Amino acid sequence: MDYRWNWSVFLHQAADNQTYVDWLLSGLSITLALGLSAWLIALTLGTLLGIMRTLPNRWLSGIAATYVELFRNVPLLVQIFIWYFAMPEILPFGMGEAIKSLSPLAQQFTTAMLCLGFFTAARVCEQVRSGIRALPPGQKNAGLAMGFTLGQTYRYVLLPMSFRIILPPLTSEFLNIFKNSAVASTIGLLELAAQGRQLVDYTAQPYEAFIAVTLTYMLINITVMTLMRWLEGRVALPGFVGSK
Amino acid sequence: MSYQFDFSAITPAAVQVLGHGMLISLQITATAIAFGIVWGTLLAMMRLSSSKPLQWFATGYVNLFRSIPLVMVLLWFFLIVPQLLQKVFKLSASNDLRMTSALVAFSLFEAAYYSEIIRAGIKSVARGQLAASFALGLTYLQTMRLIILPQAFRNMVPLLLTQGIILFQDTSLVYVSALADFFGRAYTIGERDGRIIELLFFAGAVYFVICFSISLLVKRTVKS
Repeated sequence: MDYRWNWSVFLHQAADNQTYVDWLLSGLSITLALGLSAWLIALTLGTLLGIMRTLPNRWLSGIAATYVELFRNVPLLVQIFIWYFAMPEILPFGMGEAIKSLSPLAQQFTTAMLCLGFFTAARVCEQVRSGIRALPPGQKNAGLAMGFTLGQTYRYVLLPMSFRIILPPLTSEFLNIFKNSAVASTIGLLELAAQGRQLVDYTAQPYEAFIAVTLTYMLINITVMTLMRWLEGRVALPGFVGSK
Repeated sequence: MSYQFDFSAITPAAVQVLGHGMLISLQITATAIAFGIVWGTLLAMMRLSSSKPLQWFATGYVNLFRSIPLVMVLLWFFLIVPQLLQKVFKLSASNDLRMTSALVAFSLFEAAYYSEIIRAGIKSVARGQLAASFALGLTYLQTMRLIILPQAFRNMVPLLLTQGIILFQDTSLVYVSALADFFGRAYTIGERDGRIIELLFFAGAVYFVICFSISLLVKRTVKS
């Protein structure tokens, strides 16, 4: 194979007075920002939906179930295209015009963040639901018998334990958000995967470029897993799930 | 809502084109499921074997493919592997390599996820089964083939099917390698006729109907 390896290409000057490493770092920063903001949306919305899903009220439970089925059965690529191309057109009250007046980067980032957030919220909802259902029913009954309202029971009895139970699956959802952020490259957002493609085009050193991007994704992976393992250790209750 | 929906772009001719695209999507899904399960089972067995190098290889493989996005894997195989194959086998550049690279990429990627499911399935089979089969004089491979794997698969059928649904949805990502599957063609038709939004919703609806029906089927098999 007559391929010439050249790792120093990363330090060469690119077109706009940056080095290629700067491109990689800018892609990484966008991926991190996108992942973290989408995770905040997903966690908040997903917890809300998960609680709704387990309520005795059939309307609320049904709404949450419909949401989950809708966002789980349409591919992420189709969803992000719908958010990016269709939403600005069909949003009422001039919201569509407001979105279209933003800069392209802001448009792409906002739509990708909303899309990833809503998509992952469906999966977080299922996790929260399974976490609440994993608790013995006596927990909720005891809470109600002590005089808590249902809301207080959720807040003080059910949710603290169920979040500790679902911390490992939530970790993999968190990792999935960073992986799914690569799909945002299809709407033109210059996150890590898109920068990888740019590097391949501009440096003509595809192996170095892709190996660098792959290593960066693995770095994100390792960092998140270490963080979550630390968190699991911090919140573990003696004698319960996950503690030594 | 000031946008007027107009679904007239979905003519019978368009539906035929979309049908061909759906065939490609289903082809990729079926191939990736078949190869993914086979290679995934081998990986799971390698991970559970007593040979350290095999364990390391399988663990490294699974961790690698589970930590990078599918988009990256597809781009890897789309941009790099055809060049590699051309140099090694002196082939000429052709459209077939795109489909082949997509099939290989999906199979290798899904095998990592399937191997985790199957490993959980193998570990869920009671240890007494293993001990009993050894006591009866079966070798390790015979045990796996005749006793453990059939039970493991039976336990894991819902998870395998769910992963299959996810795989079917992920085939839409061949968009990044310009392979014209169902979604790629829907988008092209939408662009050509200026009706992107209607075609996007149409594609979403089709995916929803297919995936929702299969997941209902899975729930029914779990209940029975």
